[in-house]
Amino acid sequence: MRTVQYREALREAMCEEMRKDENVFLMGEEVAEYNGAYKVSQGMLDEFGAKRVIDTPIAELGFAGIAVGAAMNGLRPIVEFMTWNFALLASDQIINSAAKMLQMSGGQYGCPIVFRGGNGTAGQLAATHSQSFESFYAHVPGLKVVTPFTPYDAKGLLKSAIRDNDPVLIMESEKMYGDKGEIPEKEYLIPIGKANVRTKGSDVTIVSFGKILKVVHAAAQELQKEGISCEVIDLRSIRPIDYDTIVESVKKTNRCVVVEESWPLASISSELAYHIQRYAFDHLDSPVLRVMQSDTPFAFSKNLIEEALPSVKKVMDAVKASMYVS
Amino acid sequence: MLLMRKIEEKVGHLYIQQKFGGFCHLYIGQEAVVAGTASGCNKEDKHITAYRDHAHPIALGVHPKYMMAELYGKTTGMSKGKGGSMHMFHKEVNLMGGHGIVGAQIPMGAGIAFADKYKGNKAVTYCSFGDGAARQGALHETFNMAMMWKLPVVFIIENNNYAMGTSVSRTTNVMNMSEMGDSYHMPSKQVDGMSVEAVHEAIEEAANRARKGEGPTLLDINTYRYKGHSMSDPQKYRSKEEVEEYKAKDPISLVLETIKANKFASKIELEKIQAKVKDIVEESVRFAEESPDPSKEELYEDVYTQKDYPFIKE
Repeated sequence: MRTVQYREALREAMCEEMRKDENVFLMGEEVAEYNGAYKVSQGMLDEFGAKRVIDTPIAELGFAGIAVGAAMNGLRPIVEFMTWNFALLASDQIINSAAKMLQMSGGQYGCPIVFRGGNGTAGQLAATHSQSFESFYAHVPGLKVVTPFTPYDAKGLLKSAIRDNDPVLIMESEKMYGDKGEIPEKEYLIPIGKANVRTKGSDVTIVSFGKILKVVHAAAQELQKEGISCEVIDLRSIRPIDYDTIVESVKKTNRCVVVEESWPLASISSELAYHIQRYAFDHLDSPVLRVMQSDTPFAFSKNLIEEALPSVKKVMDAVKASMYVS
Repeated sequence: MLLMRKIEEKVGHLYIQQKFGGFCHLYIGQEAVVAGTASGCNKEDKHITAYRDHAHPIALGVHPKYMMAELYGKTTGMSKGKGGSMHMFHKEVNLMGGHGIVGAQIPMGAGIAFADKYKGNKAVTYCSFGDGAARQGALHETFNMAMMWKLPVVFIIENNNYAMGTSVSRTTNVMNMSEMGDSYHMPSKQVDGMSVEAVHEAIEEAANRARKGEGPTLLDINTYRYKGHSMSDPQKYRSKEEVEEYKAKDPISLVLETIKANKFASKIELEKIQAKVKDIVEESVRFAEESPDPSKEELYEDVYTQKDYPFIKE
């Protein structure tokens, strides 16, 4: 094993796959000569040249559409968005073109493409730069959505995504690019669609994904000190969701809290609450609870951010509420 | 061209008889544009267009029965009955849609060309869209990148003068749409879209430029649709006189005059062609009507290439 940053893990995934397959290329704003807005693609221009590491103008709709066309015609593009907030401009091509191409063409033209970039809140960036799009895109059949939490996950999931013949969206975080973690020396892949039980526990199941898992782990550790054992599940993949792992856990703990850095309505927690009541109803000792981002646009002021986001205390309170203890 | 016309006339009748549903945008009047493109292109070239796409597969040599079956939503249709009127695809002739979102095919067309350039292929992509789609921001983003990267793509404005019910003059101050290429230094020209020869020549010239690595061309091909935007369009935005004026220079009549003037075909040969067209139209309708509907299992097919994708079914 060796220790790498999250951004290095993503880079290794891209470089390894680009060395293997000439048809894989990277495009996006500042990915080449600037070495990446968040230095994910540092050095890639030097290794692969301007043909395969391509700087684009600030034109998300245009270059996403060009990448979709390239994918229809035999290439395997990786499209980097500086953040998913800006990718809203490209959402027409992601949702109307990439997600539907295989079906609309009766199976004649697929779209093997990866869209990736920073997602969610990242400090005092205010309303337009702080949104989470997992549930937004997970709603759309034809897409796959993954949320790597660690450098290990980032490399393994991105490699799987690049090899996938369907469109895959990778939700990263500006706040995680510098995170360090261990990865194996040898090549490995992580399958898309399988959850990861990060901590085994017996009292309450906590389901979460992405950066907010840091808060979840901190809360679980505090709860452990108080004698409450939490099972922490990282979904890893938001579409498809590994329901079996969650239901199995809830059948064991009989309680579930979902923690999500996103708005409450039509969220992943709504979906999980439906699924758990449908398939583990008789096993529940308390309602499925959730800790969410506030149902408001993200504000600038530090104290409003604190109020808006899931915190260790909020997670601990929810877990205790699910156990009817205070 | 005659086959496209007769098929589309039949499609219009069948639609009124409610033989099939969905939207239905007819190509009648515009045949010279796709016919000239098809005759001016090479076999390995790629094609992508908008939702007014019934004639494109026919121009590229696909038997119209597959288009007709798609309109009927049958499993024998070009997209297995999953795309319908607006999403005609046919891989054998490199027809890459049929796209329902106005202007979405503009960047996709450039992307198809990007892939051929990347792989060192000599194929050219013909990317067609209407004068209405030319108002989308995607066009400007795409023109900029296509010129910068010298992509082998020919942008074809099928300029029938109306974005649904809104005339070109009501959407812009720049009536000569070929000038839209100027900001990007893209070679651009206006073409008489009622003359199949003029379209053919313009396409050949643009394709040669693309194949030489000189990048894209914008062709503003001026044409006219005799029918409404779609079958539900009452056409109150234009006069009958205007429609008649264009019908007087009908592209198929012009071809017929050329054939007769040059004695390219005898009267008997022309009659034979007409009879053959009639047969193909009837065969197409019969094929579509007799073909089976998709099986219910098809609903979950072709959504993902992954065969065991776990769809949520409850």
